[in-house]
Amino acid sequence: MNASREPLIRVRGLVNRFGQHRVHENLDLDLYPGEILGVVGGSGTGKSVLLRSIVGLLRPRAGRIEVFGADFQQLPDRARSQVERRFGVLFQRGALFTSLTLQENVALPLIEHAKLTRTDAEALARVKLALAGLTGEAATQYPAELSGGMIKRAALARALALDPEVLFLDEPTAGLDPIGAAAFDRLILTLRDALGLSVFLVTHDLDTLYAVCDRVAVLSRQRVLVADRLDIVAATDDEWIHDYFHGPRGRAAHRAAHSEESP
Amino acid sequence: MKEPGYIDQHGNHLTIVGDWTLPYYAALRLELDRRPRHETTATTIDLTKLRALDTAGAALLMELVGARWLAEIDERAPELPATRRALLRTLGEAMADNPPPTVRPGRPLWDILARIGQLVEGIWQQQRQLLGFIGQVLAALVATGWRPGRWRLTSMVAQLHQTGLNALPIVALLTFLVGAVVAFLGATVLRDFGTTIYTVNLVAFAFLREFGVLLAAILLAGRTASAFTAQLGAMKVNEELDAVRTLGLDPIELLVLPRVLAMMLTLPILTFVGMLSGILGGALVCLLALDISSIQFLAILQRDIPLNHFLVGLAKAPLFAFLIAVIGCLEGFKVSGSAQSVGEHTTSSVVQSIFVVILLDAVAALFFMEMGW
Repeated sequence: MNASREPLIRVRGLVNRFGQHRVHENLDLDLYPGEILGVVGGSGTGKSVLLRSIVGLLRPRAGRIEVFGADFQQLPDRARSQVERRFGVLFQRGALFTSLTLQENVALPLIEHAKLTRTDAEALARVKLALAGLTGEAATQYPAELSGGMIKRAALARALALDPEVLFLDEPTAGLDPIGAAAFDRLILTLRDALGLSVFLVTHDLDTLYAVCDRVAVLSRQRVLVADRLDIVAATDDEWIHDYFHGPRGRAAHRAAHSEESP
Repeated sequence: MKEPGYIDQHGNHLTIVGDWTLPYYAALRLELDRRPRHETTATTIDLTKLRALDTAGAALLMELVGARWLAEIDERAPELPATRRALLRTLGEAMADNPPPTVRPGRPLWDILARIGQLVEGIWQQQRQLLGFIGQVLAALVATGWRPGRWRLTSMVAQLHQTGLNALPIVALLTFLVGAVVAFLGATVLRDFGTTIYTVNLVAFAFLREFGVLLAAILLAGRTASAFTAQLGAMKVNEELDAVRTLGLDPIELLVLPRVLAMMLTLPILTFVGMLSGILGGALVCLLALDISSIQFLAILQRDIPLNHFLVGLAKAPLFAFLIAVIGCLEGFKVSGSAQSVGEHTTSSVVQSIFVVILLDAVAALFFMEMGW
């Protein structure tokens, strides 16, 4: 569906190694504007490493990462910071600032980058927290007082703080209850449809894959094995992919997704 | 093409125009603040001229029209694209029953009094906890002492390496410098009396009885107590201590005892090194500034300084080491889940251990003097 458009993020020939351990060898991947790309793969196949390479937290051994049409690694610091503002990142364990309340966590980028006053920023932060599903007194609590699921929601609110163009989500629904996870999926879809976000979604949650992803990229053997629509990926002739999508959990998620669509 | 957002009003008819996005937030905010509140409920609102909209703009719109209005957007403004209605509806539903959190009004005098009370109570609790923890450590020591199978030798050797061997150079250097300074002081003061030869005695007395152990202890308090607190604090934040407990292991036996025992072995050795190095520094100044040869220096040491000064100094080392290690570990256990808390407790552990070391040293000095040792 997006074949004609220019990719927003273009990864070519990415190589990542930790000592002798090879994580990525010649990995290619595209993220198109307005799409939700699900990235799956077994544990230790370098999904999070890929995410960290793209957002610039990790310097790859070799390869080229183009973001918004420019080579991200060659950009001077100022331009780089401008680009980073157009990213929203939700880390696997939330990575909220523990010495700030939730609304201060979300307000921080608004004050620093959007130059809002503290009152405005905190009011807006409460709206974003409510959007992520955290209402009432939660806004004035500290991360240490919250459950894992609430931390995930707050982290999403912070990732959305500057209304980014690209959202990177590292296992967003892990640790959420099924109802919360479904609401999270709906929220991602709503935001994508209304704001035209592109989403890079690392996940193990098959329900999320079926519910929201336009394309799925499978990481295996140090590269992207296949990246395409879910039904095409699921039909790929590969042992791991077959076990993943046609195992008991994969079948259940598939049935659930289709029973929702048909009535 | 960008077009700043604004509100166009004709009588009761509001038209929302332009881009309602984060870059125009401040300007739109001003415009909203100028409008009288709760007047918009009766008016009709036209959203068709609204161009770009993000969550920041949607939040402002919600302030203008109210969360309930947004929640019912499907009936109120069916002409909007479905995706935009979905965003506004989601936001409206999320905020419909979300009153702003209540802020307790501040009472300055009351708050200051409460804070003082909390601090005093905190100091009292801290001492109680320290005593309790010392008891726990001693009990664990007794329980494992006669069962060599439960000694954590590997862990202890690793701690010996970190707290002892790695600290040797800095302890030696520091005491050497202080030794030279003390010798200079002695030389300056004693010159008026023509008794500069007693500089030797001054340096030897000072380092054997007090400075050797005190400097080594203060260095370890800064270097090792903080490390213990940060290590155990990070483990606490990461729930590693809870994991140790649920595995049926005792964190005191597993983590605290090796550290305490390693310190109790380390500090006497460092103290001895400190004494030697301080006296060496003094000897060097004596040689260069006072023309007291090394042979003469050693002869005076042998003649004038009895062994008991050395023993008095060394005897304090294990006690100081125990307290420094225990305070470092206890503060680590007290860390709660924030980065700020790790910082606070690391500071507290260094301040407390240096305070305890100096206080005890003063008490010990009095005691030894009265005893005539």
